[in-house]
Amino acid sequence: MNAYEWTQTLIFFLVLLALVRPLGSYLARVFAGERTLLTPLLVPCERLIYRLCGVEADREMDWPRYTFGILWFNLIGGAALLAILLLQGVLPLNPQKLPGFSWHLALNTAISFMTNTNWQAYAGESAASYFSQVVGFAVHNFLSAASGIVVAIAAIRGFVRRRSTELGNCWVDLTRSTLYLLLPLSLVFALFLVSQGVIQNFQGYRTVPLVQKTSYNKPKLDAQGNALKDAKGNPVTENAPLTEVTIPMGPVASQEAIKELGTNGGGFFNANSAHPFENPTPLSNLVEVFLILWGGAGLTYCFGEMAGNTRQGWAILTVMLALLVLAVGVNYWAESAGNPLVFHQGVTQANLEGKETRFGIAGSALFTAATTGTSCGAVNAMHDSMTPLGGMVPLSLILLSEVVVGGVGTGLYTMLAFVVIAVFVAGLMIGRTPEFLGKKIEVREMWMSIVTVLTSGVLVLIFTALALVVPSAVASMANPGAHGLSEVLYAFASMSNNNGSAFAGLNANTVFYNVCGSLAMLAGRFAPIVATLAMAGSLAGKKYVPASLGTLPTDRLPFMLWLTLVILIVGALTFFPALSLGPIVEHLVMVGR
Amino acid sequence: MSKHAPQPVSLFDTRLLKAALVESFKKLDPRDLWRNPVMLCVELASVITLVTFVASLSGHNPEPAWFTGQVSAWLWLTVIFATFAESLAEGRGKARAASLRKSRTEVTAKLVARAEFNAPFKVVPAQELKKGDLILVEAHEQIAGDGEVVAGAALVNESAVTGESAPVVRESGGDRSAVTGGTEVIANAIVVRITANPGETFLDRMISLIEGAKRRKTPNEVALEVLLIALTLVFLLVCLNLRPLTVYSVTAAGKGSPVSLTVLVALFVCLAPTTIAALLPAIGIAGMDRLFQKNVIALSGRAIEAAGDVNVLLLDKTGTITLGNREAVEFVPVGGHSEREVAEAALWASLADETPEGRSVVVLARKCCSLKAEALPADARIIAFSADTRLSGLDTAGCRYRKGASDSIVAFVKGLGAAAVPADLADVVDRIARAGATPLVVCRDGEIFGVINLKDIVKGGIQERFQQLRSMGIKTVMITGDNPLTAAAIAAEAQVDDFLAQAKPEDKLRLIKENQEAGFMVAMTGDGTNDAPALAQADVAVAMNTGTQPAREAANIIDLDSNPTKLLDIVEVGKQILMTRGNLTTFSISNDVAKYFAIVPAMMISVYPQLGVLNVMRLATPLSAILSAVIFNALVIPCLVPLALKGTKFRPMPAERLLISNLFIFGLGGVLAPFVGIKAIDMVLGLF
Repeated sequence: MNAYEWTQTLIFFLVLLALVRPLGSYLARVFAGERTLLTPLLVPCERLIYRLCGVEADREMDWPRYTFGILWFNLIGGAALLAILLLQGVLPLNPQKLPGFSWHLALNTAISFMTNTNWQAYAGESAASYFSQVVGFAVHNFLSAASGIVVAIAAIRGFVRRRSTELGNCWVDLTRSTLYLLLPLSLVFALFLVSQGVIQNFQGYRTVPLVQKTSYNKPKLDAQGNALKDAKGNPVTENAPLTEVTIPMGPVASQEAIKELGTNGGGFFNANSAHPFENPTPLSNLVEVFLILWGGAGLTYCFGEMAGNTRQGWAILTVMLALLVLAVGVNYWAESAGNPLVFHQGVTQANLEGKETRFGIAGSALFTAATTGTSCGAVNAMHDSMTPLGGMVPLSLILLSEVVVGGVGTGLYTMLAFVVIAVFVAGLMIGRTPEFLGKKIEVREMWMSIVTVLTSGVLVLIFTALALVVPSAVASMANPGAHGLSEVLYAFASMSNNNGSAFAGLNANTVFYNVCGSLAMLAGRFAPIVATLAMAGSLAGKKYVPASLGTLPTDRLPFMLWLTLVILIVGALTFFPALSLGPIVEHLVMVGR
Repeated sequence: MSKHAPQPVSLFDTRLLKAALVESFKKLDPRDLWRNPVMLCVELASVITLVTFVASLSGHNPEPAWFTGQVSAWLWLTVIFATFAESLAEGRGKARAASLRKSRTEVTAKLVARAEFNAPFKVVPAQELKKGDLILVEAHEQIAGDGEVVAGAALVNESAVTGESAPVVRESGGDRSAVTGGTEVIANAIVVRITANPGETFLDRMISLIEGAKRRKTPNEVALEVLLIALTLVFLLVCLNLRPLTVYSVTAAGKGSPVSLTVLVALFVCLAPTTIAALLPAIGIAGMDRLFQKNVIALSGRAIEAAGDVNVLLLDKTGTITLGNREAVEFVPVGGHSEREVAEAALWASLADETPEGRSVVVLARKCCSLKAEALPADARIIAFSADTRLSGLDTAGCRYRKGASDSIVAFVKGLGAAAVPADLADVVDRIARAGATPLVVCRDGEIFGVINLKDIVKGGIQERFQQLRSMGIKTVMITGDNPLTAAAIAAEAQVDDFLAQAKPEDKLRLIKENQEAGFMVAMTGDGTNDAPALAQADVAVAMNTGTQPAREAANIIDLDSNPTKLLDIVEVGKQILMTRGNLTTFSISNDVAKYFAIVPAMMISVYPQLGVLNVMRLATPLSAILSAVIFNALVIPCLVPLALKGTKFRPMPAERLLISNLFIFGLGGVLAPFVGIKAIDMVLGLF
């Protein structure tokens, strides 16, 4: 890394670390119903919402009712989005006259945004109207983020409360996380992004003449719109001249900030944050990465504060950031080492294919690790174009269940499930029945944390196997060989873990991918949510066991190392064979072993 | 020690090994094995490889028959090693139970209608006795069932249960009324009310516990099993997923062959946490057995594990912290008398006192003033201690020697017309009491000579044990009926963390409840009926075998030696069981790293020769690599059986250091050991 990249990265992490505590502390106060800076402004809004919706704000819920509330909330939201997408053609704010989605694409997209995945089997600018973007996607960016946050808050309450059956009121928590956190921050950062050049309008797309006329190989399509292939399976192309270009417009900024802050990741445009209208400058790039990480990191401090042990929050964040730094480092190293095959042809060594020169390798590596370590899935560089090992970094971060700060809320509660498992084994190793934060870890907690941690892995294994067996699914693969396998693995890893980023090169808009993907996203989102809330319910009812000399401290280095190992080992044992047949063998072939 | 005493059985006693071997084959029955789901999966895998072996023989399987045959054989061995470990652990208990059972020969009982010794009786077999029946037991007869003495007192030999050959007194009323079926009355006769139906007696329960027949999985064991089952499921999916992955890769690479069923099954068994799953039942059984070797019977595995978590230990002062009896350590003269005079008076006053305290006065008098205890004079009139007068002594040759509590003696001498008591008496009495000892004032007729300093003797080495407990995070609380002053002094000397003085049963119960409310796990030892409520409330309740029936019923652990410091051993075994489980789990899962490096390159090398780089162990051939991993996976089980049965060594140290050290041994060791082991097996295989 050169001096500029070092400085940029260091400043980034220092700013992030400095702002973790203010956000976390603010969140802790918001969810405890204490007074904050925004209280005078927002309390009337809050009351109005409760009155309109008939919410009894003082009535707390036990875990089944809390869970039911969350599920019901998501179901209604998802159904509304499904309807919007299907009826897009007749709805307003559609200057491009875009038609409604096909049923399976609409289903997949609705579930995708409802589950905070934002997997996009469509290209935003050519498939979604402004109405769908604003009323459908942007709204869900808020709601799905809020859902993740409140589950984490309920999980924290489970650890903190003693002999209680209640986890809080899910409607109050949902309202507060949206009103106090997501809306104000999105507003501020959307304005900042506009200052950097992100657009915000409802105009029709503009067609302008190209400054430099060109031509390209246009793939021939058959009547159904599928690419024609010759006898060898290569696509048939024809030469097409290019003299003008259509520039898509839209209300981008309003969606951009919440896309990162809510770790949603669904780009307004197909190119996502690599598009100059979404992420125009190196500064906007760093701010977007910051927003991706800030919520999840802040929640770790919020956890520490609510648990009365801020060291515990920092310990968890340290484990997360250590893995993040490791991932950024490996990705940077692999990308700057580049592809020797290309290098031998006299091209610059570093692999810049699929990267934006305004971000460079460091800016891309940071974004890539942040977006896949969380459940964001926005991209500012094409993961598919990375070197095999470089591309294995985002894939691995997703496969590790996205705990490298993780999605807002999801990252924390998944991490807490890992902590429970780590505490369980470590507790046995020191001869104590295991406990964490003074709560005994017993059979129920084990079941629930295992469901939280392993669901996504199980889904990935099942669906990749299916995708390689079902003929219609195999036909989606454009790249043969090990790289094709990586693409399939990445697709289901991304959907099962609610990430949403993709290795391109795979035609995902098919019935198989849309339907199986929907199932993966649903199960990958809600099985952990239900398990986490069930665990919180069981933990909240337990009595508190004070720490003694015989208790294992969970906020110090040895346990942090152990936790890191547990995360890495669970991931490695589940995916080593698949990775070795994908990126690893691809790398070995590339370096000419 | 009698022949019934639990003797340490060697780990590899040949008879036990043989019996365990037979038993381990019986346990292959899936109806038995379903209790251990991971091993049931392995058995299923073994059956599948047996099928592929037959297919290989008839040429319907890609691999050579020697390979599938060997894989199948080693997978079967993996299951057998697991059932063998469990059988071996059970076998040791069974051997002991058998010796216990021998002592329970057919007994008959004399059923009586009333609790009288001359009541007419009917002879009935012991099995027909019901709760509430009264039986008469005379000298040299066995007591037919558990019960309570309702009339008489007798000397009972309880060696069948306790292994202790010295007979004990059992008498009606009080704390020594409980008798155990199978024990023998040596002298006198008693009437016993039966308190347990046949099959439910203490001995029956003990035998079934030792045999492991009634052993239930503890919650902690179940939680671990949840983890193991989940991992097994994931590895099953990993293996199922590998088939399409390799089929695709073969098409993509245009060469090689997809992974075969045999190899997939072999990989699955290697990855599944078989090591810990195989040894898990043995660890628990062996833990109970180790306790039994220490003469402790745990009535549930849960109690032992809870013992490992205990934060607060309530200990009776008497017999636990101090020697059972107080001892005279000093004669303090008052009113101008000499020490020798005090000693002489004390000697006379104690001459007929057969209590240990009284005898210790005689011993001290002999030691400090070279006085000889004379034979009791013929004219001696013995004044026994009574609750009313609170003094005792002897009248001889016209002199009245008395010793007793200060106020009693003062009242006694004033009653004899003494004008005044020595001025310094109050000071001396106060000083001794303040130091936690008991002052006994000695007088001859109306004249007070001095004070005997009767002291509680704290057991040797007890401070170190409490220090150990403290370093494990366990707080010790002494419970005593003494006054707070005495209690404080003894607590300070014994270095307990806290004490409860003038404790009544309800105080004990309250103390336990308070601690539990605060989230602590409380252990307590007790023997009296008045301890029963507290015992029932405590998380870990240890009853002395000499205790009463209610106390024993309220407890979840029974100490046959009636030695209260046993709790330390129980805590240790509890921790050992958990640690052994945790360590072997870590070891088992760490092993998978090396197994991947052995098997993954081996099964994919035909498709992607480049993956040969991952063959870091440089194993000879793909088939030998897979076989080596399978063999290692099987052999590691018997290698770890001794560890599972003996338990990880427990050293008291802070939790964090313990974690680091165990992670090094079992985590890092678990990663490295199979690299060495698999390579070694591969080299051996290369010789053939």
